[in-house]
Amino acid sequence: MENQFFVDSEHLSPEALKKKHRLETDPSSRKNHMEYLPGMEIIESDVCGQVMSQMNSFDYSVYTARDVRAALDHETCSVEDFKALLSPAAEPFLEEMAQKARMETGKHFGNTVYLFTPLYIANYCENYCVYCGFNCYNHINRMKLSMEQIEHEMKVIADSGMEEILILTGESRGQSNVEYIGEACKLARKYFRMVGLEIYPVNTDEYRYLHECGADYVTVFQETYDTDKYETLHLLGHKRVWPYRFDAQERALRGGMRGVAFSALLGLSDFRKDALASALHVYYLQRKYPHAEMSLSCPRLRPIVNNDKINPLNVGEVQLCQILCAYRIFLPFVGITVSSRESAEFRNGIVKIAATKVSAGVSTGIGDHESKYTGKEDDSVKGDEQFEIDDNRSFDAMYQDMSGEGLQPVLNDYVYV
Amino acid sequence: MKNEDKLIIGGHEFNSRFILGSGKYSMKLIEAAVKDAGAEIITLAVRRANTKEQENILDYIPEGVTLLPNTSGARNAEEAVRIARLARELGCGNFVKVEIMRDTKYLLPDNQETIKATEILANEGFVVMPYMYPDLNAARDMVSAGAATIMPLASPIGSNKGLATKEFIQILIDEIDLPIIVDAGIGRPSQACEAMELGAAAIMANTALATAGDLPMMASAFRQAIEAGRKAYLSGLGRVLTRGASASDPLTGFLRD
Repeated sequence: MENQFFVDSEHLSPEALKKKHRLETDPSSRKNHMEYLPGMEIIESDVCGQVMSQMNSFDYSVYTARDVRAALDHETCSVEDFKALLSPAAEPFLEEMAQKARMETGKHFGNTVYLFTPLYIANYCENYCVYCGFNCYNHINRMKLSMEQIEHEMKVIADSGMEEILILTGESRGQSNVEYIGEACKLARKYFRMVGLEIYPVNTDEYRYLHECGADYVTVFQETYDTDKYETLHLLGHKRVWPYRFDAQERALRGGMRGVAFSALLGLSDFRKDALASALHVYYLQRKYPHAEMSLSCPRLRPIVNNDKINPLNVGEVQLCQILCAYRIFLPFVGITVSSRESAEFRNGIVKIAATKVSAGVSTGIGDHESKYTGKEDDSVKGDEQFEIDDNRSFDAMYQDMSGEGLQPVLNDYVYV
Repeated sequence: MKNEDKLIIGGHEFNSRFILGSGKYSMKLIEAAVKDAGAEIITLAVRRANTKEQENILDYIPEGVTLLPNTSGARNAEEAVRIARLARELGCGNFVKVEIMRDTKYLLPDNQETIKATEILANEGFVVMPYMYPDLNAARDMVSAGAATIMPLASPIGSNKGLATKEFIQILIDEIDLPIIVDAGIGRPSQACEAMELGAAAIMANTALATAGDLPMMASAFRQAIEAGRKAYLSGLGRVLTRGASASDPLTGFLRD
């Protein structure tokens, strides 16, 4: 079964609809997704080749219980071991994997759990990614916050106690250019100890500029490492260029960022292959940039505005847990973030096994923190959300819940140098 | 333990030879851990203290305990120096444990950069305690650079694997005239005891406590093990074990002078 992603809005002009339908049905109307657009920096790197050759040759059906047993018994987890842990053969070993993962998490992170919140400052987007609420053909309330509005949002969030912020935009250079994002970073440095970015991929010099503005962490989700599938989901815009996105983390590190985060959006393609590629992307980049802090996320598809049917297909909580345990055993030193896309129950459970960071007080909309945090109604315009969240706990509730689980919530473990 | 057996670091005297790490566990346990460990020095990551947090770590550190801020997060000497200065500004005193890592996977310290940072910070009046990979040449350079102690790792941080670098730590103990404080990788009290028998001046532990079922009880177990190891060392047992027993008929008995 596949998701039905295509939704037509009555607000689109006949010309726009015609173009949209053509993009959806006629592959020849779409640009080559492996070809860089003008202005996109090309870096020399062998990381992509290494990741892709491993992923393409990954046949998870060949692994047996014996391979999984061996992987669990080994002191260090090889790439082959990791593949076995991702295979269907590992599913009956889930509890044992969780035990091992928990031990590794404890060795590297003790019993701490990091808290952060995302701040969406704009939801304009120039791309047609069929599963995303921000896609340019989706009829939603669009908004870009002014610097005054951003500062107001930041004050509200900072007052809640949060010290780490992740600034997000829709992927529109036109509406949210690098300077705009840089100014937002400078403001964020005033209110938060740690500033991360999840924006469209940029060139090395632009990452350097954003780092100088106060950001030190960059998250870019590859969505799927299956390039053929990627082509059918990202039909229009700069995001369609798969290799430029793949090298984003490496450019960010070259631009001086301290850490980078990776992910596939599970449910878009073969999740086992995507999980393998995501972790190997981390693995090979870490070998090349050993000083860099690496982290992984594992979002699953969620419903969006105007399409409430979107779901993560065959990636159930069991599969998600298996992937997270495999990540932890293979890469014991990396941060693992589990977002509010997942339920409170799942997040409470997984922080005791593998995850090291959770978001709280989350809104994926624009300019609505005050109404969400304080219940204060106002008439101001808000921007619609990127996707529906599941766990809507506030910062205080999350802090208490994590403490209640016997964990030490950490709001900051970082100093900008 | 006899009162005159003091640990002296940069002119400061301590009775306890157990340095407690403070990361990786709940703050409420810090007080209990300090008490049960009998610790007089507790480390503090500056980056963790860099907070407006409702539960500031500084609030949980009992009076009279010396803070040992560390420079974790530094990737080179320059960053370590900046973090150390920040610690001083935060009111953490003059002690600093220099930690410089260019590797996020194993968190192995970079000796070269550590030597540089040690020199700069010692010149600025810090009591510098460099965390290092146990290499004699690097340790000598750190001594020349003005270090107050040398803190070699026993095994990779967080690994709880014990004295993997035992032979090299022994060399440092034999050759370096500063206190050698074994840091990182000590997973059990018996390993702490063994390091003390070798002649280590003190033990630093964090993960071993953080991952214990009963943290305060483990803190007290470490305290006893460290005291036992120290007594064994002072009694000469450590020397006997490491140097071998002497023959009953002296080999030099034929000498007539």
